[in-house]
Amino acid sequence: MSFTESPAVRVALSISIATGLYGVSFGALSVAAGLDFWQTMALSLLLFSGGSQFAFIGVIGGGGSGIAAMSAAALLGIRNGVYGMQLNALLRPQGALRFAAAHVTIDESTATSTGQSEPAEQRRGFWVAGIGVFVLWNLFTAVGAVAGNALGDPKQWGLDGAAVAAFLALLWPRIRGRQPAAIAACCALATVLTVPFVPSGAPILVAAVVAGVIGWFRHGHEQEGMEPDVEPYEHEGHSHVEHGHHGHGHHGRAGDRVGDYRTPRHDSHIRADDGDGGGTQ
Amino acid sequence: MNLWLWILLAAALAYGTKLLGYLVPAKWMANPRMSGVAGTLTIGLLAALTVVNTAADGQHLVLDARVGSLLAAAGALLLRAPFLVVVVVGAAAAAGLRLLGLP
Repeated sequence: MSFTESPAVRVALSISIATGLYGVSFGALSVAAGLDFWQTMALSLLLFSGGSQFAFIGVIGGGGSGIAAMSAAALLGIRNGVYGMQLNALLRPQGALRFAAAHVTIDESTATSTGQSEPAEQRRGFWVAGIGVFVLWNLFTAVGAVAGNALGDPKQWGLDGAAVAAFLALLWPRIRGRQPAAIAACCALATVLTVPFVPSGAPILVAAVVAGVIGWFRHGHEQEGMEPDVEPYEHEGHSHVEHGHHGHGHHGRAGDRVGDYRTPRHDSHIRADDGDGGGTQ
Repeated sequence: MNLWLWILLAAALAYGTKLLGYLVPAKWMANPRMSGVAGTLTIGLLAALTVVNTAADGQHLVLDARVGSLLAAAGALLLRAPFLVVVVVGAAAAAGLRLLGLP
């Protein structure tokens, strides 16, 4: 199969454009939070993980300390380590390639790769989505940072409201089921209750402790919270369900866990659990 | 300058976390707690960040135009609007409510 005919490459390119574009909002919100152009670019180039980047500027913008911002970003990045384990078992990158693979290990490249069943397609999906998002995300971060600097007073343009919307949009695909929504509600409540009593930024870390404890003692819901910000296979219809089940059967060694990453969303118990989830999927 | 330090440390931690995934033995993957905690952490942190950005002003809880942004964004998400549209809707709601005189 040639590169241009590959379904993984097509999905990877469309996810790169969709995700890359919202780098505009990150760039604009980052300068509104008080970071300068190069600090904003350093986050996109070096930290390169949308959720963690938004967390960092969200804490800084709310008056939190640098160490609180760093901690929130680092905790939100833990799921990338889990993706790394899945992708290492799936793609087995060798030597120096592993160091490059690690940098582009994010929600979107993981979801694109694990949604395919052929090893060659999984590899193409990962690299094209990873590099594609990296290039476009950084390009549009720069555009957003320049535009944000030109806007002047961020409040007049409602950029603080844009940050609220961005966090809700990042959270939204991860709370479709009743249980994830309940976890989100617990952590939101813990945050509200602690805001008046601890320094800015710290309530987010209190919520992280609550979430970590829930995650540690809960079983059988490992895939929850691990959805990408932009779903690569949302418009693929039935073919994607087939892909998932193929993947499950094919890869005995790594497949059991890696397949689990995607397939449970099509299982009947998740569907049932999803009854009041708003039907966004 | 101080902020640069935290940015670079955060970047180093983020990359180190990603790389660790490629370096740990494959059998570690058998432990479902790793991904369980990573998943709930993601949900909890994003929920907390949503709340803080909506209702916190330093150490005070306030209700201002940002609540309008939250509601407008939720409406846009229910209508399955793409990420960037949701963000623009959130900004427009806050900016509009401030034009009407809300803090």
